[in-house]
Amino acid sequence: MGKMRGSEAIIQCLLEEGVKTIFGFPGGAVIDLYDDLMDSEVNHILVRHEQGAVHAADGFARVTGNVGVALLTSGPGATNGVTAIATAYMDSIPMVILTGQVPTALIGNDAFQEVDIVGITRPCTKHNYLVSKAEDLVPTIREAFHIAQTGRPGPVLIDLPKDIVASIVDFTEKKPIRMQNYQPTYEPHMGQIEKACKQILKAKQPVLYVGGGVILSNASKELTELAQKLNIPVTMTLMGLGAYPGSDKLSMGMLGMHGSYTANMAVAKSDVLIAVGSRFDDRVTGRVDAFAPHAKIIHIDIDPTSISKNVTVDIPIVADCKHSLTAMNSWLDNSGENLGEVCDSHNPWIETVDEWTKKHPMTYIDEGEVIKPQYVIEKLDELTHGDAIITTEVGQNQMWAAQFYKFNKPRRLITSGGLGTMGYGLPAAIGAKMAFPEATVIDVAGDGSIQMNIQELATAKQYNCNVIVCILNNNYLGMVRQWQELFYDKRYAATVMEVTPDFCALAEAYGAVGIRATKTSEVEGVIKEALEKVKESTVILDFRIAREEGVFPMVPAGKATTEMLLV
Amino acid sequence: MKHTLSVLLQNKPGVLSRVTGLFSGRGFNIKSLSVAETLDPSLSCLTLVTTGSDPIVEQITKQLHKLIDVIKVTDISESEYVEREMALIRVKAENTTRAEVLRVIDIFRGKVVDVSPKSYAVEVTGSSSKIQAIIDILRPIGIKEIVRTGTIAMARAPK
Repeated sequence: MGKMRGSEAIIQCLLEEGVKTIFGFPGGAVIDLYDDLMDSEVNHILVRHEQGAVHAADGFARVTGNVGVALLTSGPGATNGVTAIATAYMDSIPMVILTGQVPTALIGNDAFQEVDIVGITRPCTKHNYLVSKAEDLVPTIREAFHIAQTGRPGPVLIDLPKDIVASIVDFTEKKPIRMQNYQPTYEPHMGQIEKACKQILKAKQPVLYVGGGVILSNASKELTELAQKLNIPVTMTLMGLGAYPGSDKLSMGMLGMHGSYTANMAVAKSDVLIAVGSRFDDRVTGRVDAFAPHAKIIHIDIDPTSISKNVTVDIPIVADCKHSLTAMNSWLDNSGENLGEVCDSHNPWIETVDEWTKKHPMTYIDEGEVIKPQYVIEKLDELTHGDAIITTEVGQNQMWAAQFYKFNKPRRLITSGGLGTMGYGLPAAIGAKMAFPEATVIDVAGDGSIQMNIQELATAKQYNCNVIVCILNNNYLGMVRQWQELFYDKRYAATVMEVTPDFCALAEAYGAVGIRATKTSEVEGVIKEALEKVKESTVILDFRIAREEGVFPMVPAGKATTEMLLV
Repeated sequence: MKHTLSVLLQNKPGVLSRVTGLFSGRGFNIKSLSVAETLDPSLSCLTLVTTGSDPIVEQITKQLHKLIDVIKVTDISESEYVEREMALIRVKAENTTRAEVLRVIDIFRGKVVDVSPKSYAVEVTGSSSKIQAIIDILRPIGIKEIVRTGTIAMARAPK
């Protein structure tokens, strides 16, 4: 309490919010803050590129559920962070990004390393601030943390002019934050809960369609209870994987463009679709008018703008997923209905679902010693008992990881869903490992996307943050190549990686271990070796996979989700 | 369908840009926009005229409400309301037309706010269609310059 430098006050605010680790990169505009950070209890991780700082803080936030914090300097430092801020925004990740700014007197003068980062990030943050008066500093930081982690979470950016950070401010006592204009609805409307439950009880072919909102609101337990109470099959979006145990018999895996045959068929044939914390994204729905055409749709989401945005909803519930599912479970328990009978009545539907899985399981064609990427993921799953934290890059590697790793717990798949940011996986893995040093953290990567933030290997080395980078190397930008193969007469424009570094040599250059596998029979041994060596060092696995392997099933863009191309 | 939204905002730098950025970023239309401080100087009131189907306008309302600096959004065109626009029109007024211009202004209850030997500047207020009507009448006489405000609107008090 009392008077202190702005920089000290910022650090006090971080400690007050329970922030112990932040990720950043220094510069002239934030040098005061770095000076005070040096002696503080806040642990600062120096990355090698600002995008890496924000992705790492994002990975940290996704595995812990806490607000991730990144610190960047003004100008290019801030703009380098923009892609990663947009990544967090699209996936509703709670974050606070602190950026330095030139002194207030110079703002607008095209000063050295000046950029209007508040203007630039307006459309890709939940909210942002330029602190223009010293007395606003402390209340702004507190408000930013409040906004970042309440309602539908998201990144909040605070731009900090150098003179404000260096000025003397009053560190006032923290009071509960009440904002006239921002009051997210957590509690569901009980009338809507009743309507939804009654609709579900009438269903013969219900499906739970679950998204990242369930993970963000820590509602896996309540979701599992609902699914099992009424014997309802569950499908998850990419962001929702792990919300329901992937190995359970009611799980149909992922839906949508690269979803399972079962999940897409089940949604298409469902009579009641219960969407929980999902947003009817185009990668999920395919052609919108053919999405769940026979279903009454119930939609639970804390963000009113998500409701009836892409698909018209019959029973909207604007509330937190956890609160809503709890209310539904308790309504059902007290409804006087014989829930056992309801479960039994769904058995024919479950049988139909199982038939689909038998007919078209998630599979691939074995080609002997040619390494199949799906096999690599299956082995990773097996050898880590489905319990590793998997981060991904973006493209085929991401889809294979989503399809073939069985995520049994929430916050185990850390991936850029909405924005699809290549270069996300390695810094996110570092963030995850910083949060849980004991966990096995694996970045499933492609040879293309790993090169977008490969410099973070140095960060991993510096902090002994040992992760496994599992490169599914096909010397292509594989996902785009797959589209070119299918829809552009195999004209591989700009997707052949004619020069790719020797990833094993590169690993060594960064003080990591590099291991290569070129044959299927080597895969298991190599993964075992990696799981052993990662205790001491970061490991890069270079799997030379079948070059033109595709991701299937696949729903071509603009088609109905039942029009899948299968293996 | 035309909708008139009344939006209560924090009166802070950058807030207007959040609103217009939302419209451009999501491909919504802005037909007109008018904003000024309210009685409480910490708030401003923005009147925005937009067009779109009902689902689009519902999305616009919800998206506006989601902005942290937006306090209240009302689609005032959903019930009875009054709306006004103002225009300043400089119209040619030479020997032969001076009298006629004055008569037109009088019919539209406009005011002459600036006079020169060859022109009048006219102030006229009213609904969008009234402003359009005087423009159509004056156009053949010769409009030299025109400046129009956006619409401002207010819901009628309940009876």
